[in-house]
Amino acid sequence: MNEKNATRYQQRILAHYEQHQQSDRPTLILGIETSCDETSASVIKDGRVILSNIIASQADIHKRFGGVVPEVASRRHVENITLTIEESLQEAGVTLDDISAIAVTYGPGLVGALLVGVAAAKAISYARGIPLIGVHHIAGHIYANRLVTEMEFPLISLVVSGGHTELVYMDQHGSFEILGETRDDAAGEAYDKVARALSLPYPGGPHIDRLAHEGTPNVPLPRVWLEPDSYDFSFSGLKSAVLNTLHNAEQRGERIEPANLAASFQASVVEVLVEKTIRAAKAKQARQILLAGGVAANKGLREALTARCEQEGLTLIIPPLSLCTDNAAMIAAAGYISYQQGRFASLDLNGVPGLSLTEPF
Amino acid sequence: MRVLAFDTSSPVLTVAVADESRVLGEWTTNLNKNHSVTLMDGISALLDEIKTDPDQLTAIAVGQGPGSYTGVRIGVSTAKSMAWSLGIPVIGVSTLETIAMNAIGFGGLIVPLFDARRGQVYTGCWDSVEMTSLRSVLDERIILLRDWLPQVLEQAAGRPVLFLGDDVSLHRAVIEEMVGEQARFAPSGLNHPRAAQIAWLGMQKLEQADAPDTHAVNPEYLQVSEAEAKWLANQQK
Repeated sequence: MNEKNATRYQQRILAHYEQHQQSDRPTLILGIETSCDETSASVIKDGRVILSNIIASQADIHKRFGGVVPEVASRRHVENITLTIEESLQEAGVTLDDISAIAVTYGPGLVGALLVGVAAAKAISYARGIPLIGVHHIAGHIYANRLVTEMEFPLISLVVSGGHTELVYMDQHGSFEILGETRDDAAGEAYDKVARALSLPYPGGPHIDRLAHEGTPNVPLPRVWLEPDSYDFSFSGLKSAVLNTLHNAEQRGERIEPANLAASFQASVVEVLVEKTIRAAKAKQARQILLAGGVAANKGLREALTARCEQEGLTLIIPPLSLCTDNAAMIAAAGYISYQQGRFASLDLNGVPGLSLTEPF
Repeated sequence: MRVLAFDTSSPVLTVAVADESRVLGEWTTNLNKNHSVTLMDGISALLDEIKTDPDQLTAIAVGQGPGSYTGVRIGVSTAKSMAWSLGIPVIGVSTLETIAMNAIGFGGLIVPLFDARRGQVYTGCWDSVEMTSLRSVLDERIILLRDWLPQVLEQAAGRPVLFLGDDVSLHRAVIEEMVGEQARFAPSGLNHPRAAQIAWLGMQKLEQADAPDTHAVNPEYLQVSEAEAKWLANQQK
């Protein structure tokens, strides 16, 4: 940065960074996450220790609409944002004076929702001269694992959520290579659609998971492996097969036990996710497999992946349920890596709904 | 007192800093809808220009709409987060009243409006108390322009009515048809919200009452979201 042409903001950020680097105080990152329907703020010490992780969930508000309504979510974010951040500092027992940097999710997600968190983060960064870091939401989900266990490279992360199904390869901190991703529906999306067909309430994932454990997987459903060497996924065919099975049975006047159908659907999804993950881990000689994203809360997936990893002698890390769903602790944990690398965002940081994981900010 | 004021509710991006006696600086553009990208740099550039650091600010005033939902949220989220982090008050000001301020002193009714699609407008109605302040005559609302104009005419009681806002041009034919010779249209320089007016309105509000709770300063959308409206309608069936 050219000192003479630098704005006052850039000068203040640099001074703040140098002062915090020189002090022997711990590095505290304030994380902010508003990409979907959770307003969350968190303070993380040295990238790994959670001092606070406040989540103002809107799940109850969106339940009545049968899904997240972007405009409703965005309105709640504005109402909650400063309150949530304040609570995160209070619970951590710190003030903004102690914060080394602010890390905020800037994509992917709902654009109107993202913009609230991004605006708040930039405003506080500017007002207080605290460095600003933009974090990819999926990088956050992967780094949720670092709040539990130190990462060892190379590693493979299976990211599964309502909007994502990805196999990510990492050979060092902050570096992400997408080995495979869904070509149509995300796994969580397929869960929600099948749940709707079975008249289960929103969000459908937990209900299918519960029902699957009561049933027997005896309904024949396809496994979509795509090309033999592909790490990509496809769930829309499976979803259609479930709907067709229900429809055909109805026309014949037969009844399919919903628990058995749920068990069969889950078995198909889980088998493909698990086997592709294991294959990728072996091919890349991964030292760890990390499970990440909201669907990591799925019991069927956790059990199957745990069993296969034991069988193959692979190390599996699964974050606790509270860190699987959207939260700001994981965003701060991912932001800590950028902080160590001195990679900061500028005041024109924008919310990017379709942000790519491999795109540096 | 040193107040930072801004508004991002419409295509206009406007930023100003003012104290009790004068406007120290003001910056306005009327072409950029990507306020998320430009607002903070705009604030930063203006404050650098007038040699003011954020910690020298004593209050923040923000246009809280009505207008573009996303636009209003960018402005209000930025304002309350800045104010909260600096420990200073934040005051929300009507974007419509801000535009009305441009015509303070006009000897009739002042009606600013934004287009709200399908023949509707976001609007309100004020008259001037000499050159010192505005008095609200009809509450701000979203309404069909054809339903609104008769109410304005009734309040005007024969006085002229000045229509303000860049969107007036979209509705000029209807206004001329229904308001006739009482209608007045402003020079373009009076049609956009100016942050200097927001600063002034904000300082007036701070003088008259305690500052609101920062967390509770939120956009004034003037209508519930479509999804909530549908849900409420279904509940009443």
